Amino acid sequence: MSAPAAPTPGRIVVLGRRRAGDRIGDGALYGVTAAAAVTAVLIVGLIAYELVKQAWPAVEEFGLGFVTSRAWDPVKLDFGALDFIYGTAYTSFLAVLIAGPLAIGIALFLSEIAPRGVRGVIGTLVELLAAIPSVVIGLWGIFVLGPFVDDHLGPFLQRTLGFLPFFKGAPQLTGYLPAVIVLTIMILPITASVARELFLSVPDDVEEAALALGATRWEMIRGVVLPHTKGGLVAAVMLGLGRAVGEAIAVTQVIGDTLGIHISLFENGDTLASRIASQYQGAPDELHIASLVYLGLVLLVFSLATNIAAQLIVRRFEFQRIGAD
Amino acid sequence: MDERAPFSLRPTRQLRRRKVVNRVMELLMVTAALLAVAALVLVILAVVSRGYKAISWEFFTQPPATGFFDSGGGIANAIVGTIVIVACATVFALPLGILIAIYTHEFAPARIRRFVSFALDLLNGMPSIVIGIFVYGLIVLAHGQSAVAGGVALAILMLPLVARATQEVLALVPSSLREASFALGVSRWRTVVGVILPLSLGGILTGTTLAIARAAGETAPLLFTCALTTSQVSWDPREALQSIPLTIFQDLEDPDPALHEQAWAAALVLMAFVLAVSVLSKVALARSRRKLSR
Repeated sequence: MSAPAAPTPGRIVVLGRRRAGDRIGDGALYGVTAAAAVTAVLIVGLIAYELVKQAWPAVEEFGLGFVTSRAWDPVKLDFGALDFIYGTAYTSFLAVLIAGPLAIGIALFLSEIAPRGVRGVIGTLVELLAAIPSVVIGLWGIFVLGPFVDDHLGPFLQRTLGFLPFFKGAPQLTGYLPAVIVLTIMILPITASVARELFLSVPDDVEEAALALGATRWEMIRGVVLPHTKGGLVAAVMLGLGRAVGEAIAVTQVIGDTLGIHISLFENGDTLASRIASQYQGAPDELHIASLVYLGLVLLVFSLATNIAAQLIVRRFEFQRIGAD
Repeated sequence: MDERAPFSLRPTRQLRRRKVVNRVMELLMVTAALLAVAALVLVILAVVSRGYKAISWEFFTQPPATGFFDSGGGIANAIVGTIVIVACATVFALPLGILIAIYTHEFAPARIRRFVSFALDLLNGMPSIVIGIFVYGLIVLAHGQSAVAGGVALAILMLPLVARATQEVLALVPSSLREASFALGVSRWRTVVGVILPLSLGGILTGTTLAIARAAGETAPLLFTCALTTSQVSWDPREALQSIPLTIFQDLEDPDPALHEQAWAAALVLMAFVLAVSVLSKVALARSRRKLSR
């Protein structure tokens, strides 16, 4: 039993060797993980590069005029994107218009007013809605929602609001209206879950202070929670918009796959993503394929723009919060 | 009325109005939540009620019938195909995602960490059909369609989810443990491999199963990478294999009502799998989170 002996020369050598091994190990771990991170960044760049490359024949042929041209003629090989840009913008905008307030309502319910037990159950159910595969939503859209719109919802809207240009013409099984409903269902959960996180980030003491001053729950929400999270809510809604813009499968099943620019929600149309999904396999001509990829390029620009904007807003918002604490 | 008691506790007209407004707004929020739940219930009910009829033992074990007038049979080829494709995707995405998370958590300076997270967020928001076109150009043009190509496309979808889940779990590992390890003179890589990863493995794997559930239901990336398939059951990842989402999508394009029935049954199988995996891994994730933060 003695105090630890002074290190013998042999011991020092062992220690030295281990240190060398550790240096190599640390270096290797750093190298491998950094390479993985670079790969992730590279993939984003490669996706953009690959799309430009595949779309190039169409870019050369049609130039930027592609986005304002209404043509889509596989026989004469004349292609343009305007109808699909319109369909994408119209359906996504309406879906966000419906899903945004609903999602904020859901998030407020989950974060501010629901009792603890209810909160967990409803919260999980809303998240499960996001887990349903889009092809299943599309299947439901075409066989259940379509007939419902055709037989009940459409005629009802026409009777009550038929004087509006949105409800002119005869309801059909497919068209903008089912597409908007399907998109609303699909972006509701993501928007709600981001909004819920935001509301939960509002400090409890500020909320309780408002209640202690005699505010009702709604006044507390309007006066404290919503102003505190304004910027983040914009980002949450934009994330939903990004999802709606990029959704292909469910939309292609219900929107009707036809060219056209209509105001009426009963009309058929098409979106960028949906046109790519429905024609990619059947496209025999190089220029046709390149034009479809060009549509994908427009879609990519659109989705990158909304996503970057949303991320920047979220980030600024996070910094504000950290700064305020 | 009650002039001698200015501090009456009876609600004034204004207070009553405020309370009514509050009630109405609360009611609207409850309605919004119920609408979302109703949408979920409606979809599930429709799929179950229309899908269960075609479910049988043969449905899981037999390939589709190939005769011209004969549209029965099962979806064994699609089930096997989905398993192979998703397994490929997991093999690609899981190690890469974990490594990225280790890098951002252990090594990266704040600015680079934000940049990598930004790239992951962009990847996460990328339309899945665009990823399909990307892999088409990257692999399919040169090597043809295959389960591997489909797996790469799904892996790109899964990557941000796996990396994010891992980052979250790594952040939960108590810093006292890593400090203890460093104080004992253990090097960084040994700390990561021997202390941090074993502790967070459970959380990482449940995060991965959530990503698998999402990837298994994706159709759009497979349209370009793994769609020219046969009805043979095969486990070979070099072939283009049928998958469940694609089966549903293609059955719908067909006017044959027997195929529509098959689509509903396939949807039931897919949805049951995805929902069950989601629920189970969420429960497991909550548990491992509690265990780590204790």
